[in-house]
Amino acid sequence: MKAKPIQDSAMEMQPIKFYQTATFTVGNRLLGEHERSVQANMRRTNSLNSGHRACQGCGEALGARYAIDAAMRASASQLAAVNATGCLEVFSTPYPETSWQIPWIHSLFGNAAAVASGVAAAMRVKGREDVRVIAQGGDGGTTDIGFGCLSGMFERNDDVLYICYDNEAYMNTGVQRSSATPPAARTATTAAVGSAPGNVFGTGKNVPLIAMAHRIPYVATASVANLRDLEFKVTKAMPIRGSRYIHIHVPCPLGWGSAPADTIKVARLAVESGLFPLFEAEHGEIVNSTKIRRKVPVDEYLSLQKRFAHLFAKPGDSTRIALIQAIADHNVKRFELLA
Amino acid sequence: MDKPFAITLNVGSSLANKTGSWRTLRPVYLDRLPPCNHACPAGENIQNWLYHAESGDYASAWRALTMDNPLPAVMGRVCYHPCETACNRGQLDEAVGINSVERFLGDEALKRGWKFAPPAAESGKRVLVVGAGPSGLSAAYHLRRLGHRVKIIEAGPLAGGMMRFGIPKYRLPRDVLDAEIERVLDLGVELELNRKVTDILAEMREGSFDAAFLAVGAHIAKRAYIPAGSAARMLDAVSVLRSMEGDEKPLLGRRVVVYGGGNTALDVARTAKRLGASESIIVYRRTRERMPAHDFEVEEALQEGVLIKWLSTIKNMADQGTLTVEKMLLDEKGFPQPTGEFETLEADSLVLALGQDVDLSLLDKVPGLAIENGVVKVGPNMMTGYPGLFAGGDMVPSERTVTVGIGHGKKAARHIDAWLNGKTYAPAPKHELAEYDKLNTWYYADASKTVRPMLSLARRTSTFEEVVKGLDETNALFEARRCLSCGNCFECDNCYGVCPDNAVIKLGPGKRFEFNYDFCKGCGLCVSECPCGAIKMIPETI
Amino acid sequence: MLKQTEGSHAVAEAIALRRPEVICAYPITPQTHIVDGLGEMVKTGDLANCEFINVESEFAAMSVAIGASAAGARTYTATASQGLLFMAEAVYNAAGLGLPIVMTIGNRAIGAPINIWNDHSDSMSMRDAGWIQLYAETNQEALDLHIQAFRLAEELSCPVMVCVDGFILTHAYDRVDVPAQEQVDAYLPPFIPRQVLDPTQPISIGAMVGPEAFMEVRYLAHHKQLRALGLIPQLSDEFKRRFGRASGGLLRTYRTEDADTIVVALGSVNGTIQEVVDEMRAQGSRIGSVSICSFRPFPLDATREALGRAKRVVVMEKSLAVGLGGHLSDGVRKSLSGIVLNGYTVIAGLGGRPITRSSLRQLFRDAEQDELEQVTFLDLNADLVAHELAREAQARASGPTAEAILRRIGTVASQIT
Repeated sequence: MKAKPIQDSAMEMQPIKFYQTATFTVGNRLLGEHERSVQANMRRTNSLNSGHRACQGCGEALGARYAIDAAMRASASQLAAVNATGCLEVFSTPYPETSWQIPWIHSLFGNAAAVASGVAAAMRVKGREDVRVIAQGGDGGTTDIGFGCLSGMFERNDDVLYICYDNEAYMNTGVQRSSATPPAARTATTAAVGSAPGNVFGTGKNVPLIAMAHRIPYVATASVANLRDLEFKVTKAMPIRGSRYIHIHVPCPLGWGSAPADTIKVARLAVESGLFPLFEAEHGEIVNSTKIRRKVPVDEYLSLQKRFAHLFAKPGDSTRIALIQAIADHNVKRFELLA
Repeated sequence: MDKPFAITLNVGSSLANKTGSWRTLRPVYLDRLPPCNHACPAGENIQNWLYHAESGDYASAWRALTMDNPLPAVMGRVCYHPCETACNRGQLDEAVGINSVERFLGDEALKRGWKFAPPAAESGKRVLVVGAGPSGLSAAYHLRRLGHRVKIIEAGPLAGGMMRFGIPKYRLPRDVLDAEIERVLDLGVELELNRKVTDILAEMREGSFDAAFLAVGAHIAKRAYIPAGSAARMLDAVSVLRSMEGDEKPLLGRRVVVYGGGNTALDVARTAKRLGASESIIVYRRTRERMPAHDFEVEEALQEGVLIKWLSTIKNMADQGTLTVEKMLLDEKGFPQPTGEFETLEADSLVLALGQDVDLSLLDKVPGLAIENGVVKVGPNMMTGYPGLFAGGDMVPSERTVTVGIGHGKKAARHIDAWLNGKTYAPAPKHELAEYDKLNTWYYADASKTVRPMLSLARRTSTFEEVVKGLDETNALFEARRCLSCGNCFECDNCYGVCPDNAVIKLGPGKRFEFNYDFCKGCGLCVSECPCGAIKMIPETI
Repeated sequence: MLKQTEGSHAVAEAIALRRPEVICAYPITPQTHIVDGLGEMVKTGDLANCEFINVESEFAAMSVAIGASAAGARTYTATASQGLLFMAEAVYNAAGLGLPIVMTIGNRAIGAPINIWNDHSDSMSMRDAGWIQLYAETNQEALDLHIQAFRLAEELSCPVMVCVDGFILTHAYDRVDVPAQEQVDAYLPPFIPRQVLDPTQPISIGAMVGPEAFMEVRYLAHHKQLRALGLIPQLSDEFKRRFGRASGGLLRTYRTEDADTIVVALGSVNGTIQEVVDEMRAQGSRIGSVSICSFRPFPLDATREALGRAKRVVVMEKSLAVGLGGHLSDGVRKSLSGIVLNGYTVIAGLGGRPITRSSLRQLFRDAEQDELEQVTFLDLNADLVAHELAREAQARASGPTAEAILRRIGTVASQIT
């Protein structure tokens, strides 16, 4: 299953040893600046600045700043971003305020990938290939309505890094189900009532795997709970020419019914339970996976979110929880998530 | 750029939207009291000196440490480290080896010849300290640093108190002790040896002392009624250990029995082994779990071949050295009860280690004192019933350890200083405790405790060389870095990184952080993800 | 340089002369030859410094164009019919953002039922999207309008749609004069975008605008089109001076000075209308025609000036406002506000139905006699319609209309049972 990485071993993330917090914290006063994360730097871009209207504890706002700041550093601040319609766009640019500190354009819901392809083409033709292009959107804009344009971009191998912020539903319009919504989750269009409460246990739609099927140079999944891993992947993706795709898991306290202060904790549990595997692929082959540090059963993750509360209401839906656990177990095996 | 109206916006315009108005709770940075600091009888700011040690700045670490305790090399060898028992890391994997790091810093200071800074100004006051044990030396140190003239009068031939005359060399090498005492005296503390103070008030008058701190310790061995033949060799532990300091070592014979269950009993038993006893037996009336001695000392003793007879009392000792021993049983309340079963035990000498009493004779003429259970009662300001007369260490009600003594010395010095200036010393109110549940331990790297190397068994029982070695620099640094920095910001940048609203301002290395309340929405992610629990949410004032 | 070439190819050459930087298009009849031609030119290097992108849908085509234009590149695409509808969201978006994209519409009918032949229903569906809409009368004008369109778009920061009748113009071979590169370069100044994605001057394009400012934004879009009313004739005049022929402008009149009856139309049908006007003039009719080139912005003043003295106006529509009548008629009627004359709407040529001179002759004669209905469907097969209505009235589940009609006409496929 695993292929040898095409890049040399220097591209592996080097964990910091011997320091209190290794690579788990954002920074460390005992480390040199170059060994810390981009976020630790006082001169980080703050691509998504204060004053935006995201909810308290919004995982997407955090993920966006993490990703774009890392991209700005990797591209020496030569970057333009294209945003799909969705939470990120709406809460960041309500006239007359914008929180973006970088060149940024919002066109429509389903065309971020195509618009970005156009921006990249223009940069190329103008001899400004040093200006890199990022397209970003939520799971709705990526896995559903934007899917055609995304696939077209992949097939042409357009020089764009597409970042999907996956909060597993159409949050901006009121928490409706998308093809990224996990099984059993309650949304506005998959109510937690009846004999099969919450979202269906369907075939799912794994866009990272679909991206891999296009054999584009680089595909990765990341989480707001693991900043260093996320930054590593963005930094690795930026200098590559051609289509790249990064899928970031971002909890939504409002939609998921979790406490705003728990956003990172919930994201961490998703990774540690195996439900959200962290891996990298190059040209269609998986080359690396980030190992689970302390494995937990899916219950620990699910029980923090009201969108799964119906699974725990008396007498408890052990059947469905077991099915979800099976998904996690399958991921652990498939992506070799345990050391 | 001629931007179209409303469709295209300028960078920075979102800063007009003060999202701080959304809050109902606001985060505040706070320092919480680390459990190690809280538990230390000497009141050391352990988290603080570990913080300095972590970056390799051992000099700063040592200076921070010695703000409270002048004898780290000693403490790093003899302290029972309640800090480690309280250490939050113990709930994660194992407690930080605080004691090991303290020893390392103490040894490093001795190696490099670091000295204490002299007092900034002289106060013109004179303070008398009676007893050059840990408590007296600590008081002298702190008083001197506050600018007072200090004189210590010590009854024994050498300074050190129980550190010298109670703790064996294999636990505390004498060159270390000497060097640390010397360093205190180098501050300008006067020391008079070989003089026992008999009348404290007279002494104070004659010396024109403005106040006095008494730390005479507890050097009188308790005795038990054990009928013995006139030739039976029965000694007490205090004098046995004291005599170890002289040139003439005590003659205990080949078979030594030690009666008692405290650390002193173990010290004697292990000393006996090193003196050549082929059998060194401790007789104790209760069980190992009930033994007051620290378990690691019991363990080390057993490794060295010391034997222990549990649940036994000594009835008498015959001339030839035969002891009659009665077997005991614990009743339901845990008290030992005689069973009526006897056995004999051969011994060349019997050493009684049944506790110590204080020689209070110097206080005979002092009115207004409260003496209970053989110790002098003092107020929270360490002052006895007589104004200007302070006391600490083993002579006041307390747990009897070097660390406690050192703590008393510091506390008393502060109160004396205030009293001399006609004021009262009110310690700052303590911060709330940094409990384990306030931490986010995910962020700490997996790191097991470094074990201190130990002398091989063969050498342990034949010499008085130090049994437990110190850590080298690499290990000490590693150990210091295991510290979770409970309740105190160690600039991990987490809050700065996890705020979705970029509402944390990083002030720069060493300057920590500030919240930008204009934009903080009060989500609480900073509190959740602060590894050391140095942030909390409080209700917003609306 | 004079050439005998297919209409599509002439357009392609015009586009190439304009030095586009990004071309992105999705194939749809009848625009294909334009884009095929451009693609080949890029591959051979004849069209240098140009990115040609094969997109996966028309929605992607307009989206890529939006991105490229926002990044400061001169951008071109082409579509028709279904494709234009598929990119509808993006068409509005481009206009709303003020991006100077030029797009060719190879005018074609919109289904259902699917029909690949010419009418104006596609561009009419986007008439209010905020784009400038120009209609070419001839292959030469199709070529010329594309040259003018880029300048118009870039000066106003407004996208421009050039409408070229599918098959009639796109696939017809005709003689055209292709200008020289230097001439075209002299006519078109360098593209300085009004707003652009540039790391040295970061901005956010595409904000969400609420009730407090949306009306103003829309007014400004309207105002921009009104400014175009002045700029279009200006550019056309300059074009005439440089290239030596009349092309573009708001509208052209043909023998209307003393006409009692004036026919108004968009696009290639004007050629046929002018021939019939000549015939009828020779027989003494006082008849003329107006070919409107700029449909958006609608030239109200110029139209009023051209039509105001006539007794009657016949508006030929190649598109149907279902349930109402015509689209061009609305503009014409508005331009004649306050003037009393007889106005007739004629729906003709839908789905590529040929508009013959004889039909027009009869139509205009009827018009002169004021014997026309308000809305007339030219050359409608009344029997066929009547039969179908009767058939539908018989049963609720009467089956599909189009197929029933085809069967009745007797097309080959309908014989297969």
